[in-house]
Amino acid sequence: MDRLLNVVTILSVALIVVVLASLRRAHIRSEYSISWLAAAVTMLVISQWQLLLDWLSSLVGIEQPPLAIMFIAFSVFLLVFYRFSVIISELKDANIALTQRVAILQYQVEHLNQHGQAESQN
Amino acid sequence: MNPKSSPDGLLVIVPAFNEEGAVGFVVEEVRQVMPGVPVLVIDDASWDTTRKVARAAGADVVTLPHHLGLGGCVQADYKLAYELGFDYVIRVDGDGQHDARGIRTILDALKSTGCEMIIGSRFAGGDGEYSSFARSLGIRFFRLVLRPILGKSVTDPTSGFVGVNRTALEVFSRSFPLEYPEIETLVVLKRRAFRFQEVPCRVRPRRSGRSSITALKSFYYMTHVLLGVFVNILKYVGGHRR
Repeated sequence: MDRLLNVVTILSVALIVVVLASLRRAHIRSEYSISWLAAAVTMLVISQWQLLLDWLSSLVGIEQPPLAIMFIAFSVFLLVFYRFSVIISELKDANIALTQRVAILQYQVEHLNQHGQAESQN
Repeated sequence: MNPKSSPDGLLVIVPAFNEEGAVGFVVEEVRQVMPGVPVLVIDDASWDTTRKVARAAGADVVTLPHHLGLGGCVQADYKLAYELGFDYVIRVDGDGQHDARGIRTILDALKSTGCEMIIGSRFAGGDGEYSSFARSLGIRFFRLVLRPILGKSVTDPTSGFVGVNRTALEVFSRSFPLEYPEIETLVVLKRRAFRFQEVPCRVRPRRSGRSSITALKSFYYMTHVLLGVFVNILKYVGGHRR
């Protein structure tokens, strides 16, 4: 059990280090790093705070703490993934609107150019 | 392309994705049947010569910078048509399945009934044929699902031969179902208390290419559309008329 908790601690710290390093190199935008950092800190706290883990285990009705910590980790990261689906959907909507606008503007520019050429010939 | 010089302020739009084998015929046929009516082909980032063929046949062409799928493609044209000031827009598929003579029928119905949308149905006349077994199952299934929702029967809910007036154009240019738009559009219409009607139109076999809905995609299609239908009903029930 202690070993599992230590592994979770190490993984959480590693995740925090990776996210901070990515932030420093601008590989990830700060608003999207917050979900990962929050998830990593949550797992770090749960893995090192035995009383909290025991309380959470009884709260979700799982008597074995290792199983409880896996369940909690799964739930926390599921929330992170769901947030990404929401963000991707917003990006897709924006992307569709932009694509349509670019096509419409391109069409109108081509027409203006054709009109301009026709007028300069007259 | 000017709505004032077009008879009845009508624009015919042709969404096309890799339809070089058919789009030229479609444009020529529309121009022949509806002289003076502008034809706008929306090229959904095809990698063949769709754009060139359409231009050569006498259509105006809007080219999307990358592939959006049918709904995004049609909506781009609705937006442009609305901004240019057209009163009626009729969509004809780029694969040559829709007999262009149906455009006149749809336009007359739009004008005489005042409905926001008119659907060219291959079954409304009672002699339509199903293009495949999978499609016939899909159509029958959606007829059953849609009947209680719409409060009336629709014989050809997946038809892409559709005409809209300016009221519907305004709504669709702001909000339009994106991937498989036909069926969801009906629920959107119902939500807004818009009226629609079907008129009989002839549908031919495809001239070239393949349907965007293959057997493998059928299940995905059904699930996706069904979800879209119920999401639209939820919006209706919730009173959020977006």
